[in-house]
Amino acid sequence: MLAALLTVLCVVFVARPLLRPARSAEGREELDPGEQLRVRALERRDRALAALKELEFDHRTGKVSDEDYRALVGPLRQEAAQALRELEHEDRPEREVKADVHG
Amino acid sequence: MPELGRAALVAALGLIVYAVVAGAYAAWRGRRRLLDSATNALFAAFAAAGVASLVLLAALARNDFSLDYVARLTSRELPTGYTLAAFWSGQEGSLLLWLLVLTGAASVALALNRRLVREVLPWTVAIVGGVALFFAFLLVFIASPFDTQVAPADGAGMNPSLQNPYMIAHPPMLYLGYVGLTIPFAFAMAALASRRVDERWIVVTRRWTLAAWTFLGFGILLGAKWAYEEVGWGGWYAWDPVENAALMPWLVATAFLHSVMVQEKKDMLRVWNVVLVAGAFALSLFGTFLTRSGVISSIHSFTQSSIGPFFLGFIAVVAAFSIVMIVTRLPQLRSKTRMESLLSREAAFLYNNLFLVALALTILWGVIYPLVSEAVRGVAVSVGAPYYDFFAVVFGLPLVLLMGIGPVVAWRRASLHSLVRQLAWPAGVALAVGGLLLAGGAGSSPAGLIGYTLGAFVLTTIVLEFVRGTRARKSIGTAGGGWWSAFSGLVARNRRRYGGYVVHAAIVLLLVGAVGIGGFSSSREARLAPGESTQVGDYRVVYTGSSQERGANAQEVRANLDVYRGEELVGTMQAGKNRYFAEEQTSNEVGIRTDWLRGEDLFVIADRFYGDGSVQLDVIVNPLVNLIWLAGLVFVLGSVVAMWPDAREQRRLAQRFAGEGALARA
Repeated sequence: MLAALLTVLCVVFVARPLLRPARSAEGREELDPGEQLRVRALERRDRALAALKELEFDHRTGKVSDEDYRALVGPLRQEAAQALRELEHEDRPEREVKADVHG
Repeated sequence: MPELGRAALVAALGLIVYAVVAGAYAAWRGRRRLLDSATNALFAAFAAAGVASLVLLAALARNDFSLDYVARLTSRELPTGYTLAAFWSGQEGSLLLWLLVLTGAASVALALNRRLVREVLPWTVAIVGGVALFFAFLLVFIASPFDTQVAPADGAGMNPSLQNPYMIAHPPMLYLGYVGLTIPFAFAMAALASRRVDERWIVVTRRWTLAAWTFLGFGILLGAKWAYEEVGWGGWYAWDPVENAALMPWLVATAFLHSVMVQEKKDMLRVWNVVLVAGAFALSLFGTFLTRSGVISSIHSFTQSSIGPFFLGFIAVVAAFSIVMIVTRLPQLRSKTRMESLLSREAAFLYNNLFLVALALTILWGVIYPLVSEAVRGVAVSVGAPYYDFFAVVFGLPLVLLMGIGPVVAWRRASLHSLVRQLAWPAGVALAVGGLLLAGGAGSSPAGLIGYTLGAFVLTTIVLEFVRGTRARKSIGTAGGGWWSAFSGLVARNRRRYGGYVVHAAIVLLLVGAVGIGGFSSSREARLAPGESTQVGDYRVVYTGSSQERGANAQEVRANLDVYRGEELVGTMQAGKNRYFAEEQTSNEVGIRTDWLRGEDLFVIADRFYGDGSVQLDVIVNPLVNLIWLAGLVFVLGSVVAMWPDAREQRRLAQRFAGEGALARA
């Protein structure tokens, strides 16, 4: 009896999501190419900013000499700036659309 | 009641089969409602495994000997704590524990990461379900804990070695570690299957690996404490195959926890990291196989069974699946970043990984060599402690050295000049400590002397890292000006780094304790009549006579001892033997007297009681052994700091993937 009750409960619990109406179209989800580029640019930006922060801290604690700091900080800043530019480029159409709407 | 247990297991099996099929189909065709249904099936499988577990616990508590499992492992006189612990002392119960913990961990992981890794979830459900399916299959068709029989008057009782408090906690802790490694494996493979190899799978995998690694590490130390107290040879780790079985995945997971930082910071070692995750999981299965199959003779293995071939087959399937997934996804995994310098933090992590994996593979070879030898040449051989000790020193000492150097090397590249400046203090302190120890007579154990010197080197580096970090943070001025707020802010904002340093400190404590017991212990064997004494180190042990009493389920014989240091009586202790009634077996019950101030133990084994009232004693002084157990607590503290949720990381990821509302439907 207890086993039968357990089985019924399991079936109801598992079937419940299938009984609800679909909230949106079902289908395999693929990131659109624009979104993929944005995510990659965000990843690069975050990585470059974290590396800059770490470099500053390492410089402060003496792990990185002044000479090494000067040599490393330039490329990292360029990397972060490049990622920010890409993000700005990705966001531009949306902003332009908003400007058109409000303007 | 056994019918309910069996029905619950069959229900769990059915639910898991559904979760695997529905999860895979949902992944293939992108069916969101089907994914939710498959996820619910895993939740329900956890509930079903829970019901089966409760039935087994109830049967154990009621001494229901109509269950073969209960009759084989318990008896009426067995204390309640050990009776309930029989849940995991036998093979069938252990498999049930695996299933329970796995479905429970999977439920928690799926519920917590529902939003973070939405597209990876269907494959995760299918893969974690595939692993659970193996255990459910074994429980239903091969090794059910609910097989019934005509109930005997009493059970056979529990192996006396298992009747130790540490044995109540040690196996579940190990299983939490073994099973926990399934979750990172499932997420990693699902990320490959769905071709979503961005930072998210790394975050999830890292968290679960850290948790599993903590349980595994703490479980290993609990097992060592059990061996120290119960096996009674005066040591704590004997390179036993079952001990090694837990150490191997721990070492590989340790390598992953270091190399994953290189992927996060530099986007390098992506293939290597997936290999480590898969390797740690395969080794955790291998560990369970070694413990449960009885294929290798071990003091920790209490089972002889027929499930070995199933396990080997499943390990082969996991290995083949992992290789196929990694090879077919190599284009997505290739990194464009290159290492800039061999003198950099990432290079230090790489060296650390090479030593850790080399040590794990060396141990693996030592474990499987007897099996290979017997299968190929028909000759039974055993690989002893000297083999493992040699490689532990060869790979272990450079690892300890790297623990001291790695934290002060900068990412990308470091100059030799800064490195020398950073290491001046640690090297100076280490040399001073080494010199003092040499002068104090510690040169009798060269390996011990080197170990202590390196330990001092690493500890100084760790202390300086905290000091320099706090000072730098205070100088920035964001911490409100105070030293304490600078320190707490430093740790709170870099939990993984500073938690990791605490774990490094635990490893040094472990090293100091292990070297103490391995290199500087002293012992003496003596047959003493009442009133006679023996001297070991500073201690004089006087045998005052023997006594006997009836315990809960055994006759207990004890040698009563007075302990003197110089002329001062510092305490009394007992060592002896228990003769178990139901089990008809005898166990050694060692006497241990701990001096917390010195960190040392006086350890006494009563080998034999003679008819004339005399006793054969083995008296050992184990210096600093208690630092090993202290290391366990410090290890857990460091791990908790490192795995504490990082709200900033969550926010960053949420922001990054917020745009996934723009998902296109294919």
